[in-house]
Amino acid sequence: METFNLFVKSIFIDNMIFAYFLGMCSYLAVSKTVKTSMGLGIAVIFVLLITAPINWLVDTYLLKAGALVWLGPEYANTDLSYLSFIIFIAVIAAMVQLVEMVVEKFSPSLYNALGIFLPLIAVNCAILGVALFVQEREYDNVGDVLAYSAGSGIGWWIAIVTLAAIREKIKYSKIPAPLRGLGITFIITGLMAVAFMSFMGIKI
Amino acid sequence: MKSLRKYLDKIKPNFQPGGKFQKFRSTFDAFETFLFVPNHVTKKGSHIRDYIDLKRTMSIVVMALMPALLFGMWNVGYQHYLSVGQTVTFLEQFWFGFIAVFPIVVVAYVSGLSVEFIFAQIRGHEVNEGFLVSGMLIPLIMPVDTPLWMIAVATIFAVIFGKEVFGGTGMNIFNPALLARAFVFFAYPAKITGDFIWIEGLSDKSSKIVDGFSGATPLSQAANYAVDKIPSDLTLFLGNIPGSIGETSKLAILIGAAILLLSGIGNWRIMLTTVLGGLFMSLIFNLVGANPYMQISPITQLLMGGFLFGAVFMATDPVTAAQTNTGKYIYGFLVGVIAIMVRVFNPAYPEGMMLSILLMNAFAPLIDHYVVEANIKRRLKRISPIQK
Repeated sequence: METFNLFVKSIFIDNMIFAYFLGMCSYLAVSKTVKTSMGLGIAVIFVLLITAPINWLVDTYLLKAGALVWLGPEYANTDLSYLSFIIFIAVIAAMVQLVEMVVEKFSPSLYNALGIFLPLIAVNCAILGVALFVQEREYDNVGDVLAYSAGSGIGWWIAIVTLAAIREKIKYSKIPAPLRGLGITFIITGLMAVAFMSFMGIKI
Repeated sequence: MKSLRKYLDKIKPNFQPGGKFQKFRSTFDAFETFLFVPNHVTKKGSHIRDYIDLKRTMSIVVMALMPALLFGMWNVGYQHYLSVGQTVTFLEQFWFGFIAVFPIVVVAYVSGLSVEFIFAQIRGHEVNEGFLVSGMLIPLIMPVDTPLWMIAVATIFAVIFGKEVFGGTGMNIFNPALLARAFVFFAYPAKITGDFIWIEGLSDKSSKIVDGFSGATPLSQAANYAVDKIPSDLTLFLGNIPGSIGETSKLAILIGAAILLLSGIGNWRIMLTTVLGGLFMSLIFNLVGANPYMQISPITQLLMGGFLFGAVFMATDPVTAAQTNTGKYIYGFLVGVIAIMVRVFNPAYPEGMMLSILLMNAFAPLIDHYVVEANIKRRLKRISPIQK
């Protein structure tokens, strides 16, 4: 039940876009049509589900203070957590490459559907954000980590698909010239964040 | 009337292209069409003649809002005299409410229409009638004690960022009136929450409140689990309870709904499914029944707060709601479900209707997109055997 709560919470209440404003670059850049944003959203969920547990394992068994104790008692005081940023991003980049190769080999149709978005995900802040949140909040089992990463990914996916649908709708609106494109997208994102405030403060 | 027409005809050339004041053409046009039936005619091509234009649509909605407004005015006075423990005549109650509510209406209209006129001047398009409804809705969903400057700021914010930056009437994604309310709610939380804002003249503590009088709305009592203090369903229906100006009387709202439905302006699909969604969610909560709030009967849930007002006047907004018929069913149902969910689950917000409609405004284009996609797929399947 706790894990399920975490899942729901990370979709709606701690939404990656509207609560933390993470992963904004690709959110704003790739939200022109519903179809492509759908692909990117699914790719983000996919990569999150793979990288977050791996980063959690790396953190628990290599980086945390005293994590290396399985090598021998003399490592009990070693604390490598200052390396976490660089290791996490390296793991994400490596995993994205690996995932790309695996997907290309086993499911060319999915690979074609995701296209350029798969490598782009390596630099999506939401992915690194999830890894760091998992470390900071000290989730202590892999189920919680999976639930949190799946929820964050789905929240991000909902956000980008919704924005894309709105942008498709306003394509032919008479928006003032200086605001066309990114300007109006920022305004829409802000207003959507207001709408998502309906979930803020819910305790589950 | 004739002399006015003559005067307008006399100064009209100044506003035509090439005239002295041609920059103010849209302002002149707005006043002319407001005063007289416009005599523009289509010059070529076939066109459908219909008496329902934007102005008439908006006027009917404003008319439908009148019962709620008039009742709201009386209720403001009634609640005030109840709080100070005086018994006065009906007219005095109404007059007090009129004095309190009328400035709010004026401020909302003046600030919003000024922004509209300025934008129309700069962008060179005509002033649209769309704000007539928003300007009436904004006062009705505010607590009566909201300072006037706050209403002005919220209205200006909503008109600029909710409507004009998207290209004006008919292009907006979010309901401007609800944006104004959300703006006040999130920007001035200290001034807009609590039990004293619902009654005129209580928050400054200048008037003497009689003992035992509580300005708490039924919703805040429900949120505090004081379920036994919620008035009876009949009182909730008639509406002499504290609350936002226009939301209290469900009777007045239903009269408005009847006007909207009979004239075909409001959409019955959204109204029906919103109410169904609310009933469905409250029934589920009844089955769970984990806390006193969940045990409130579905009818009471619907009669409390702004649920019906939102369902009739806000969710049905033809611009921000879903456009397809199937989409409207989904949209309305989710509005009802989320509104009740936010009420029960979220201790920070006593009323969920405002945010649930805003949220579904954001999702409406997506719902439409997939309804259209599904339709295309279905029809493609239908023609494919013929092609083979």
